[in-house]
Amino acid sequence: MKHASRLEGTHLVGGPSRPSAARARRRAARWTLIGLVTLFVAVVIGLFAGAVRISPLGIIGWMLGGGSLTEQQKAIVAELRLPRVLLAGLVGAALSVSGCAYQAAFRNPLADPYLLGSAAGAGLGATIVIVLGVADAPLALPAAAFLGALGGVGLAYAMASTKAAGRTSTSLLLGGVAVASFLTALQTYVQQRNTDDLRAVYAFILGRLGTSGWHEVWLALPWVALACAVLLASRRLLEVLSLGDLEAASLGAHVARDRAIVVIAASLATAAAVAVAGLIGFVGLIVPHAVRMATGASNRLVVGLSILFGAAFLILCDVLARTVVAPGELPIGVITALIGAPFFALVLRRSGGAR
Amino acid sequence: MHRFRPLRGSLLAVAFFAAFAVACASSSTSTVSAGGGTPTTAAAYPMTVDAANGKVTLVAMPTHIVSMSPTATEMLFAIGAGDQVVAADSYSDYPADAPTTKLSAYEPNAEAIANYQPDLVVYASDPGDLQSSLDKLKIPAISEPAATTLDDVYTQIEQLGEVTGHSDEAAAQVSALESKVQSVVDEVGDAGKGTTYYYELDDTYYSVTSDTFIGAVLGELGLKNIADQAKGASSGYPQLSAEYIVQADPDLILLADTKCCGQDAEKVAKRPGWSDLSAVKNGGVVELDDDVASRWGPRIADLLQQVGDAVQAQAPSSG
Repeated sequence: MKHASRLEGTHLVGGPSRPSAARARRRAARWTLIGLVTLFVAVVIGLFAGAVRISPLGIIGWMLGGGSLTEQQKAIVAELRLPRVLLAGLVGAALSVSGCAYQAAFRNPLADPYLLGSAAGAGLGATIVIVLGVADAPLALPAAAFLGALGGVGLAYAMASTKAAGRTSTSLLLGGVAVASFLTALQTYVQQRNTDDLRAVYAFILGRLGTSGWHEVWLALPWVALACAVLLASRRLLEVLSLGDLEAASLGAHVARDRAIVVIAASLATAAAVAVAGLIGFVGLIVPHAVRMATGASNRLVVGLSILFGAAFLILCDVLARTVVAPGELPIGVITALIGAPFFALVLRRSGGAR
Repeated sequence: MHRFRPLRGSLLAVAFFAAFAVACASSSTSTVSAGGGTPTTAAAYPMTVDAANGKVTLVAMPTHIVSMSPTATEMLFAIGAGDQVVAADSYSDYPADAPTTKLSAYEPNAEAIANYQPDLVVYASDPGDLQSSLDKLKIPAISEPAATTLDDVYTQIEQLGEVTGHSDEAAAQVSALESKVQSVVDEVGDAGKGTTYYYELDDTYYSVTSDTFIGAVLGELGLKNIADQAKGASSGYPQLSAEYIVQADPDLILLADTKCCGQDAEKVAKRPGWSDLSAVKNGGVVELDDDVASRWGPRIADLLQQVGDAVQAQAPSSG
């Protein structure tokens, strides 16, 4: 991924005290390398596997500019498989990094795009655009998804941050659940009032990885890249925010402003992912936790690793989605939940519930 | 109210597509004589018929029929029982003089149906307690569920003819349909064998296998369905991988998503990786009417004709 190189230069100077800065730096470098290798392997598997059997040697040959692929095989690899792998990677990175950011910014391990209402908001925004019949207009869908995502998180946060609500992370959680339910109810209502568009709405929710091409890659890339860049640049901020508002303020952070930046960037990533791939659950919740538990790293490192491992995770899930019942397809949300939940349990057990 | 969770959404959507494929319908126009006139057959009432939902008894000839199935509405009008239909569900848009109402066939409401004081209700699917509610209201109801073969279609037309007192017209309609199907089969002849097709239900590549009604109908022409490879994947309505469709390179691409999803030959040609497909280059992309394709009514023969013509047009190039 394009931001991976930034991580390798991570300096831990100035952060909270560590037993050994040098050791931490080595660990960061090691995990970054593992992340890059994992992502590379995932991309290679993603390119080699598919509903149609194409010789890996042929694919390698084609990438090197020669090769023995037929025109049809070239079209399959170049126009279907490659963009799909890249898009899965972008979406996985976006969901994971936003999950990581939400968890840190709200100091809540359960925070993810779904719990906080941002995915439900994005779904409502997209549904409205589809029902109004303007979904084909350029950027209409992503823009509506973004506004919805931001609105969802904003509502949850506003609800939880009143004096009466106590501004605790529990109240944020409750606020998020209430907002998500409310927005989902609204979405269902809009959808049921327009049954002619039911199919389009479902197709949207299920995602379009299966029909995507370069168009979707170029649509998502700038926003995901921007959000990832902002969050990577804010990784020290995330660590500070995760300490708590008082501590953060005592360290000189502008808590409200900093949190707003992080939340907007995370919502942008969520919206970009939802707009091109529909609602894919579990990724934003489990990837950052799995990374945190496996590496024992702080948020500073987890941001970057979430991008790498999130991308790899979704690419591999998509490989399963398009090969398990080939030449049929499985909805990717089924895979992320079926693989994600047991995997998460495993990581949780192995780490001894350290978190 | 469902939570907006993707897993749930996925399952819902899969169920939805299955239901969609058999029950879908929206808007349409075409030709087939609309019903009218008085019954020609001296039917004997009270009458008891064996229907899909058990024995149904009618004390007199029904004159206030509520049709909760777009297919049944088309059949009733085709056999001249249109005048006896007082209300039809919201998707019953054909023929043009069908008394379409706001009644929902997806979520049928017995009270709303009873409001039309029907002496017979015809429905295709009962998602909940439609039958039991109508039983309580003592309204006779007959089920004409989604057909799986052309014979089912003929049987349903004959049964609707019997209960409405239009047996003769129904028999004539059935024999007209049979001969139309036979003439298309004869026209196509051996050209059908060796012709492969991909049938598209929507623009996310949901398709049908030969086990479905429409698959069986197209099978009459001897065509080979590329989705049959994915038979194990689902109950007749698999979602195909784009890679697989491109590789299979079918002779015909049959679009049953021209209305739902606004697809046409031009849009298909613009899909990533599809521009070099034989069907795209040789004019083998056929734009079907979603409604006709998803019903099992009398117009199915017209659809078969449309596909048959396309097979013949393809025949020289596909050897």
